[in-house]
Amino acid sequence: MFNMTPAILRNFLGDRATRRYPHVIRPSFENARGAIHNDIHICTFCGVCAAKCPSQCIAVEKKAATWSYNPSACVCCGVCAESCASGSLQQERNYRKPFREKEMIVLKGTSSSAVNDTVSISAPAQP
Amino acid sequence: MTKTIIPFGPQHPVLPEPIHLKLTLEDEVITEAIPAFGFVHRGLEKLVEIRDFHQMIYVVERICGICSMLHAMCYCQGIEEMMGIEVPPRARFLRVIWSELHRMHSHLLWLGLFADSFGFESLFMQFWKIREKILDIDEATTGNRIIVSVNVIGGVRKDLGTEQTSMILSALKDVEKELQWLETTIMSDYTVQKRTVGKGILTGKQAYELGLVGPTLRASGVAQDARMLGYAAFGDINFTPVVETDGDCYARCKVRFREVFQSIDLIRQAIGKLPNGEIAVKVKGRPNGEVVTRVEQPRGEVFYYIKANGTKNLERLRVRTPTFANVPALLTMLPGAWLSDVPVIVLSIDPCISCTER
Amino acid sequence: MQGEVMCISPDNLLGETARMKVERYRFVTLSCVEISETQVEILYHFDREFQLKHLRLTISKDSSVPSISPVYFAAFLVENEIQDLFGIRFHGLVIDYDRTLYLEEDVKTMPFCKYVAVQKTPESNEEKAP
Repeated sequence: MFNMTPAILRNFLGDRATRRYPHVIRPSFENARGAIHNDIHICTFCGVCAAKCPSQCIAVEKKAATWSYNPSACVCCGVCAESCASGSLQQERNYRKPFREKEMIVLKGTSSSAVNDTVSISAPAQP
Repeated sequence: MTKTIIPFGPQHPVLPEPIHLKLTLEDEVITEAIPAFGFVHRGLEKLVEIRDFHQMIYVVERICGICSMLHAMCYCQGIEEMMGIEVPPRARFLRVIWSELHRMHSHLLWLGLFADSFGFESLFMQFWKIREKILDIDEATTGNRIIVSVNVIGGVRKDLGTEQTSMILSALKDVEKELQWLETTIMSDYTVQKRTVGKGILTGKQAYELGLVGPTLRASGVAQDARMLGYAAFGDINFTPVVETDGDCYARCKVRFREVFQSIDLIRQAIGKLPNGEIAVKVKGRPNGEVVTRVEQPRGEVFYYIKANGTKNLERLRVRTPTFANVPALLTMLPGAWLSDVPVIVLSIDPCISCTER
Repeated sequence: MQGEVMCISPDNLLGETARMKVERYRFVTLSCVEISETQVEILYHFDREFQLKHLRLTISKDSSVPSISPVYFAAFLVENEIQDLFGIRFHGLVIDYDRTLYLEEDVKTMPFCKYVAVQKTPESNEEKAP
C-alpha cells in the first residue's frame, strides 16, 4: 500500500532536484552545442557553411563580403563550424540568450583576411 | 439507449500531442472511436527535393524529438546500404550506446506520462527526475539533450573517451538504483493495478494481424523486435526481446519498464566491448537505387523506404513511423472500454503524433 | 532492395494481398512514388519473421485503386494518407476521410506531386509572349 512512502521520504530529506534558474546557472558541458560565432577577420567567404547548413540560415556573398546569419532559424547542429576550412566559424559552449525580437546578424568584412570592417546588427538585441 | 458523441482532444490534459478522437458512447461505454489527424502535419518527406542527402539527416531527426537519434540512424543505414559503405566497428557500437540512451529517456518520459494519465502525479515527477540524468549524459557526450545529431553517413560525429564512458556507467548505476526504488510502486501498487490491469486487451493474434509494432506488440506475446536483425552492433551483443503475454495496459507498462533495465544492460555490454579505431569513413559519390531499412525505436519498428537517382537530392523518402502502425490498435481497443479508461488506453500505445503525421 | 519484389496489376492486387494474409504476412506499409507526370508507383510492403516482400503496382494518376483495408485493416490510414498527398483515390476503404486526413476540406491540390501538370493552353502562352 505505502509503496511511494520511501521515495517521498527520500525526496523530503534529500537535496532539491531542481535549480533556482536565473540565480543558479549550471555551467554548460564541455562540448555542448551552443551559439555560432563567426570571426569575420579571418573568414574567407567561401560559402561552404551556407551550402552545408540544413536549415539554410546562413547566406554568404563573396563579392560584397558579407556573412549573414539568422539565429532564429539555426538548429545548432554544428555542421557549419565543422566544415569551416578557415576556422573562422566557431560553435560556442553557451547557448544564445532568449530574445524578444527576431534579429538577423550581418557581418561585413573584406575578402582579404588582413583588414576587418564594420560589424552591423540590423536590429539590436533587447536586454 | 441514445448515443452521445464526445470529442476527445486535440487539446486534452493527458495528451502530449494533438490527436482528436471522436468517441461515440452508449451510456459510459464507447461503441466507436474515429481518430482525426492533421494538426501537426509538416510534410517533411517533401523536403528531399530541396535538401541534399547529407542535410536530410538533420531533417529526419526532427520528425520526432524523442526518437531523433534513431530516425537519423535508420536513414544513415539506408544510405550506407545503398552506397555500399562499411561503417567502422567503433561507430557501430557508439550508435548502440546512444540509441539505447534514447530508448531509456523515451521510456522514462512515457512512464511518467502514463502515471500522469491515471492521475499519479508524484510518480510522474519521479520518473522525469530520473530521466534528467540520461539527458545530462546526452548533453555531455553529444552536445545536445534530445536532438543529439551524432549520426553522419559513414559513421558518427562524436567519440567517447574513457572518462566519458566511466561517467556514463556511474550515471547509469544511479539511474538503475533509483528505478529499482520505484519498481514496487509501478509494478505492484494498488492504484496502478486497479487502473491498468485488464484494460485495453489485445490478443497476440489481433496484435499481429493489425500489424502493430514495438512494446504494444510485445506485450501481447509476440517476440518481434527489429533489434533482432542485428543492425549497428546488436548482432555482436547479447540481446533477447522483452515479452509479456497479458496484452493489457499493465503488460505494456511492464514491457517498457523492463526495457529500461535491458537498455542499461545493453549499454554496459556495448561499452565493455567498445573496439578502438575510426569513428567515420569518408563518403564519396552519390546514392542510387532504392532501399528499405528498419530500426527499432522506443515505440516500435520504424521503416524507411529511400529511392535515389544518382543526384544529390533523393527522389523519394518514405517514413513509416511506429505510431502510424499502432493507431489501428486504438480503434480495436477503445470500443467496449469505459470513457474514464480512454486516457490510459490511448497513452498505452505511446502515441507520438508528430511522428505519425511527419 | 532487401526482400522479394513482385510486380502486380490492379486486377490481381486484392488476390495477392489475400494470399499474403493467408501466408501469415504482417502488413508493414505502402509507399507511393511519383515516377512521371502521369504515373505513380505504389509499393506494398509485407513482413514475415523479418523477411520482407514487396508488391509493386504501377498505375496512372487518375485511376482508382482497390483498397486493401478490408483485408488488412491497418492499411486504411496509409491509403488515406496517399489520397491526401498524391490525390490517388482508393475505393472500398473501411474508413474514408475523403482527403481530409491531413488537409483542409477545400484543398484540391496534391501537395506531394512534383510534376504538377500545368495545363498550358496556347492562349496563355500568347498572352505571355509580348
